[in-house]
Amino acid sequence: MGGRESTLVLLDKNGIRCDGRKVTEPRRIMIKAGVLKNADGSAYIEFGDNKIIAGVFGPRDVHPKHMSNTDTGIIRCRYHMSPFSVTERKNPAPSRREIEISKVIKEALQPSLMLEKFPRTVVDVFIEVLQADGGSRCAAIDAASVALADAGIPMRDMVCACAAGKVADTIILDVNNEEDQAGQADMPVAYMPNLNKVTLLQLDGVLTRDEYKKCIETAIDGCKLVYQIQKKALTDKFFENGGDQ
Amino acid sequence: MASVLDELKRKEIVDLLARGKRIDGRSFDQSRPLSIETGVIPKANGSARVRLGDTEIVTGVKIQPDKPFPDLGDKGIFICTAEVLPIAHPDVEPGPPGEDVIELARVVDRGIRESGMIDMSQLVLEKDKSVIGIFADNSVVDHDGNLFDACSYATTAAILSCNVPKWEIQNEAPVLVEGHESDPPITTIPVSVTMGRIGEHILVDPNAEEWDCIDARITITTNSDGKICAIQKGGNDGFTVEQLLKCADISASAATKIREKLKQTKG
Repeated sequence: MGGRESTLVLLDKNGIRCDGRKVTEPRRIMIKAGVLKNADGSAYIEFGDNKIIAGVFGPRDVHPKHMSNTDTGIIRCRYHMSPFSVTERKNPAPSRREIEISKVIKEALQPSLMLEKFPRTVVDVFIEVLQADGGSRCAAIDAASVALADAGIPMRDMVCACAAGKVADTIILDVNNEEDQAGQADMPVAYMPNLNKVTLLQLDGVLTRDEYKKCIETAIDGCKLVYQIQKKALTDKFFENGGDQ
Repeated sequence: MASVLDELKRKEIVDLLARGKRIDGRSFDQSRPLSIETGVIPKANGSARVRLGDTEIVTGVKIQPDKPFPDLGDKGIFICTAEVLPIAHPDVEPGPPGEDVIELARVVDRGIRESGMIDMSQLVLEKDKSVIGIFADNSVVDHDGNLFDACSYATTAAILSCNVPKWEIQNEAPVLVEGHESDPPITTIPVSVTMGRIGEHILVDPNAEEWDCIDARITITTNSDGKICAIQKGGNDGFTVEQLLKCADISASAATKIREKLKQTKG
C-alpha cells in the first residue's frame, strides 16, 4: 500500500522494526497438525498474531457433478475471515478480496498435489482466519499445505509461504500489519522448496529491478524457515518420539 | 475435460514453440497489435475502446462526489470493476462475476492504485467528508485471451482522457460548477504486461488459444520510471526464480512501446 504518512517509526536507526524484530527476522510461528476430528486432514497455525485453522476433505465425489474432470482430480479452496478476526467487524459474506485470495491460494497449492491420481474427485481446502494480522494469505497456505499432508494426499512437495516487503527503503522479511499499511511494498511468496518453484507471487508497491530480486530471495529464505516448522508439525503428529524416525 | 481438438491444438502450439514459433506468427516477446480510441462514450467523463488483437474492451470512467474511506479522509477514491459480457464468448453466461472476473478487476485496480497513477490527494473536496470518486468500469465485448492487459490499457486510456468536473462545497454539500473541467492529476503511466509460460517458453500477451495451454502466467506492471509496482502470478504451476527475473526484464522492455501509445491518448 503506497506510503501513507504515519507517526509510526517502521525502522529505527539500529535497524529494529516497529515490533522489535530485526530486518530478516520472522514473527513467531507455531503449527500443529491434526487438530480437527472430522476433517480428513487439518492444521492450526499461529503466525505472529494470525490465528488460522485449515481443514481438508477428500479426495471425494464432486458436487455439483458438472465440475468433475474425467482426466484429473480438482482442488477447491475457500479462504474466509471470521467477522471477529479484525478490529472493525467484518461482514461474514465473502468479499471480493477473499474470493481473489481463495483463487491464488488454490493455484499456489495445486502444483504440489498429484491430483491426476484421483480423476472425477475433488479435494476441498477450507481455511478460516480466526484472527488476522498482516500476511494472512501466507500463513493460510502454510497451514493448508500441512493439512493436505495430514490428509495423506500424495504430494510432490510441501508449499511454504512467507512475505517480504520494503519499509524505510529497506527490504524486510515477513511484513506485519503496520508495515503493510504504512510501508512501501508487500510481496507474498509461496514456494516449493524441493522443486524450487514459486507458486504464488503478488506485489503491492513500487520496487526497482534489484529490489524485486532481493525481495524474492528474502521471501524464499523465509519460506525455507517455514518449511522446517511444517516438517516438525507433521513429525510431531506422526512419530510419537518427536520425529526420531 | 479436454476434447480431442483441444489436445491436437495444444500439441500444435507446443510443437511450434519447440521450433521457435507461435501459432499466430508473433515472436515470443511481441504483443498483439494494440489500437486505442478515446472519447467513445461522450456521456462518460472519460472512455476508451481498446483492441488487443481480437480482444476488445470498452471502458467508461464516471467521476462523481462521494464519501471518502473512513481511514483515508484526505484521499479521493478509485474503484475499478470488470464484466465479461455474454456477447464476448459463447462460454460466458450472464450473472454475478466468478473468481476469474473478480481477479481480473482486482489486478487492473492494483496496477492503477499501486503505481500512484492518480494523485488521490488532489481529489479532496472537504477533508474526511467529501471527495471526488473515480469509477472505472470495464466491459469485455470480445474475448480472445489476455483480458488483464487489454482491460488495464483501456482503464489507463480512459482515465488519461478524462475531463474532471469541478465541485464546490455549499451548505455542506458538493455543488457542480459548470464549465470548469480540468485534466486528472496524473503522476505516472502504469503498463501491465502479462506473460504465459508453456514449458520453458515465456510468451508475451498470450491469445485465447495459447491461454488455454499455459502452465502458469504472470502480470507485471511497471511505472514510467521502469519500476515494478504490481505483480500477480496465476495458473496451475509455478515459476523458477530465474524465470521470474526474466519476466521482469521482458515486462519492462515490452511496456515502453505501449506506454508511448497510451501517452498519445492524453487530451
